[in-house]
Amino acid sequence: MDIQTATLLIVGFTFVIYIGIAIWSRAGSTNEFYVAGGGIHPVANGMATAADWMSAASFISMAGLISFLGYDGGVYLMGWTGGYVLLALCLAPYLRKFGKFTVPDFIGDRYYSQTARTVAVVCAIFVSFTYVAGQMRGVGVVFSRFLEVDITTGVVIGMGVVFFYAVLGGMKGITYTQVAQYCVLIFAYLVPAIFISIMMTGHVIPQLGFGAEMNDGSGTYLLDKLDGLSQELGFTAYTDGSKSTIDVFFITAALMLGTAGLPHVIVRFFTVPKVRDARSSAGWALVFIAILYTTAPALASFARVNMINTINGPEAQGTLYEEAPSWVSNWEKTGLITWEDKNADGRMFYAGDERNEMKIDRDIMVLANPEIAQLPIWVIALVAAGGIAAALSTSAGLLLVISTSVSHDLLKRNLMPNISDRQELFYARVAAAVGICVAGYLGINPPGFVAQVVAFAFGLAASSFFPAIILGIFSKRMNKEGAIAGMLSGITFTAAYIIYFKFINPAANVPDNWLLGISPEGIGTLGMLINFIVAIIVSKVTTATPDSVQELVESIRHPKGAGGAAAH
Amino acid sequence: MAFESKEKAAAYWRANIRLMLSLLAVWFVVSYGFGILLVDWLDQVRFFGFKLGFWFSQQGSIFTFVVLIFVYVARMNKLDRDFGVQEDDS
Repeated sequence: MDIQTATLLIVGFTFVIYIGIAIWSRAGSTNEFYVAGGGIHPVANGMATAADWMSAASFISMAGLISFLGYDGGVYLMGWTGGYVLLALCLAPYLRKFGKFTVPDFIGDRYYSQTARTVAVVCAIFVSFTYVAGQMRGVGVVFSRFLEVDITTGVVIGMGVVFFYAVLGGMKGITYTQVAQYCVLIFAYLVPAIFISIMMTGHVIPQLGFGAEMNDGSGTYLLDKLDGLSQELGFTAYTDGSKSTIDVFFITAALMLGTAGLPHVIVRFFTVPKVRDARSSAGWALVFIAILYTTAPALASFARVNMINTINGPEAQGTLYEEAPSWVSNWEKTGLITWEDKNADGRMFYAGDERNEMKIDRDIMVLANPEIAQLPIWVIALVAAGGIAAALSTSAGLLLVISTSVSHDLLKRNLMPNISDRQELFYARVAAAVGICVAGYLGINPPGFVAQVVAFAFGLAASSFFPAIILGIFSKRMNKEGAIAGMLSGITFTAAYIIYFKFINPAANVPDNWLLGISPEGIGTLGMLINFIVAIIVSKVTTATPDSVQELVESIRHPKGAGGAAAH
Repeated sequence: MAFESKEKAAAYWRANIRLMLSLLAVWFVVSYGFGILLVDWLDQVRFFGFKLGFWFSQQGSIFTFVVLIFVYVARMNKLDRDFGVQEDDS
């Protein structure tokens, strides 16, 4: 059996499971469509949240990114997990007690203002669309590499599957499908990692192998070996960073605060039955995420040693091109590896200085890892299925936020308040369908800046939603004037900074020109601080919040009397 | 009114805030402290094959985050029961 047949079988099998679950759990009301009837068990919800959260980028790109960044890669590891502590302690239980469907619902009601609600809806839709475009692209890449169909066909197949279960099942279908997708993706991630850890260090658990001695009888620790190799080749030592401390600090904070402000993550905590379930569900989500996120840096270091040894050879003299393993030529065909024989000795050589002859794309590390480690073909097929599961689960969660924002926040709460539950459900499905088509179009014709836009999404979420929600819960005095002024100033500052350095004047995007040495990736943290300060000052000089809102804040601060999520 | 008195409500909220802030202090110290600000200093210490600061940045902080959330869950559930504001088991 060749790789293509194996991939087709495994991916096809997982699709049958997803569609089966969708038919079994289709939604009959807006309550089921938006928040799965509020009846999801916290552990299942944690698993679904983890699948929702871990996108194609986490699955395919993150280990590769860390493998090239070394210590600096820690910003992604801490940044994309630490936000869950904020969610569990400061947001999820209170928003669950509030008991509505969406983040704009909370902003609109807490700040008794349609303007605030509209600002929130626009932010939610924008953030979600930028994300989902990247996911569809991820589906396309996996299909084209492993099934050798072109990217467009890959995207269309992916759209079809998501369309089926998101439109039919809403949140209920999506949640149960995501549980299955989590199992597929974590299995697909761990199997190669465990194999490679055993090969290189003799440890079954990659997190232990990461800090263990090499299996080659030399008695050196893996990370010492990697530091030595990196320095010989003209890179910074793997365990040292090259970013400035303030920049690492601000990027980590922006990713954490952005995570805690992303609407498609927050909405997950509306789907559990009780406030205490919302608390523990965030914990379970982080357990399931941490399994992948603590494996990724181990995998990154294994892959790096493996790759350097394969290309440069055990004597670090370079490997003859004719003797190169087959994965080098396989990935050369996709253009993701290139070799230029600068010194004309017929040997490949990889280094961080002028001796370098290789260009290796970061994204191939996870996908090529099973081939580099010469694992059986079913493992390679499994990794393809895992990548697709990661991309599909995240797209579905995002599409739900888009459709809810349109049908519930925009139509029901703004433009057409008199529509019935059935009509609202119909509009939600139409919005999901339109959303999928737009996402698919963006996946096939990606704007050149999908990668940059991710930083944008986190920065915007951190500088807009996060302070507005925190102040809404922890300060009774915060009024609509303060919240709106804060959100607008935070978002405007962050957006202007990112747009200037990423789109208007990319040539100026160097540390010397940055404000306080903070890169555009980390500027959301400063935007958040501006939001907090502006909101507090404006609220001091404007009228107090009405008594009814003070009572609302009082009531979300303890769990007693939390009912199911309700529209009214 | 879920609480017996205004004082009880205020005491519950104070206890909640105190718990939250102390856990967030740990959250800050392991990630921003050990993983970023003090990383060079901690890197002088060996922890198995890791430099300690590097380990906190790529492994230790994440494990600590998981523990923090479950400590919070257990302590809050107890606090809810002590003040009689837990949810009814329906």
